[in-house]
Amino acid sequence: MTVQYRLQTPLSPADLAPLKAGDTVLLSGVVYTARDAAHGRMMQLLDEGKPLPFDLKGAAVYYVGPTPERPGCAIGAAGPTTSGRMDAYTPRLLDLGLACMIGKGKRSQAVKDSVVKNGAVYLAAIGGAGALMAGSIESCEIIAWPDLGCEAVRRLVVRDMPLTVLLDAHGGDLYQSGPAAYLAAQAAKA
Amino acid sequence: MSIRTISAAAITDAVEQLCIQANTRLPADVKAALDAAEASEPWPLAKETLGLLQKNLCVAADRELPICQDTGMACIFVELGRDAHIDGDLQAAIDEGVRRGYEKGYLRKSITADPLKRVNTGDNTPAFVTLHLVEGDGCRITIAPKGAGSENMSRLAMLKPADGVQGVKDFVLDTVRQAGANPCPPIVLGIGIGGSFDKCAMLAKEALLRPLDQPNADPYYAALETELKDAINAMGIGPQGFGGRTTCLGVAICQMPTHVACLPVAVNMSCHVTRRASVVL
Repeated sequence: MTVQYRLQTPLSPADLAPLKAGDTVLLSGVVYTARDAAHGRMMQLLDEGKPLPFDLKGAAVYYVGPTPERPGCAIGAAGPTTSGRMDAYTPRLLDLGLACMIGKGKRSQAVKDSVVKNGAVYLAAIGGAGALMAGSIESCEIIAWPDLGCEAVRRLVVRDMPLTVLLDAHGGDLYQSGPAAYLAAQAAKA
Repeated sequence: MSIRTISAAAITDAVEQLCIQANTRLPADVKAALDAAEASEPWPLAKETLGLLQKNLCVAADRELPICQDTGMACIFVELGRDAHIDGDLQAAIDEGVRRGYEKGYLRKSITADPLKRVNTGDNTPAFVTLHLVEGDGCRITIAPKGAGSENMSRLAMLKPADGVQGVKDFVLDTVRQAGANPCPPIVLGIGIGGSFDKCAMLAKEALLRPLDQPNADPYYAALETELKDAINAMGIGPQGFGGRTTCLGVAICQMPTHVACLPVAVNMSCHVTRRASVVL
């Protein structure tokens, strides 16, 4: 049975411990955006011992490159990008306190292991539903690297963003358990 | 035979409109396939997820938002009548249309000027233009904005002739299995079979232009399309990879002659936001 949780950032391991793959979450608070190019630059800052554009402790990162906002709107379409492209950078960020990743698609074994080790969580936003996801974003402000355009780091304030748990802190993986449950139910019917 | 002149400015205006139209409104055949899939989906989470995709289409229409934030590479196909003459540079006219459409439509600029140096061009140009010469004096322009989530899951293989149709099926299903949730299922597949390495990839891309309710004209390939779609929908991946029946909305195959020693097959993966829009000038 799946459960719906309401969560508020910043997130503690205690907030995330009850979550299981397949549960749904309504997330509120500050969420930072970062994708390929921003992750590359964050790694460079860490290598140089310099501070990142935002505090990783308990933070939620959304892998998204939104469309430009129309006048009077907080943001344009803002659905998730494929998270796997960030896999190479992710364990290092989780070790430094990143608590929650929002995206879509499969992660590497190294990321899965690091999620468990750090008591973190990986949540799905609906891929390709950019217009829908924009509805839960109340404000958006570029806080680093505007030269990256859609890939710049943004500080979002979200309210009740609808998300689904993909990887939980106990090794659960919806991309395995979801299709397996469906196929088992079909086999039981046959 | 008289030659008809088509102004480059008219091409620019048409492309500007098409960029906005394609990114905010799903083609009727893709919407119909989504409706049918939602109606027949037996798995509750999958049905709910398909409902969210429908809701997304409504929000996009109501708020004039792009359906998906990845408003893609501007893949543009021009069928130019052999009795038509364009009074300017075709690539430049299309690029100007893309530049204006992506700016006016508040669409995302996702093109990097160089694949390794990675600096955004800032206006989503250049467009990726394919030109075909056809009968008549018209000019048909189709835009199919293509996002990277699904494009990155595309594959091509140079199979051996001995691999035959079974080799093709195995390659297609393996490509879908490997892609899993990444290309935003339910997916649409464009498949190219035959030609040379480059022609095969192009066939796969152009297969995505065919409406989903229009099977291959050759019954052999039409049957193969149905067989592959059914096999994919038995995999259990489901909408967004959360599990369920609806993994694939449509399969379109384009085939062409090939070398006696070749069996190229290409899979161009697309998502539930398979966008296209056309105009005839």
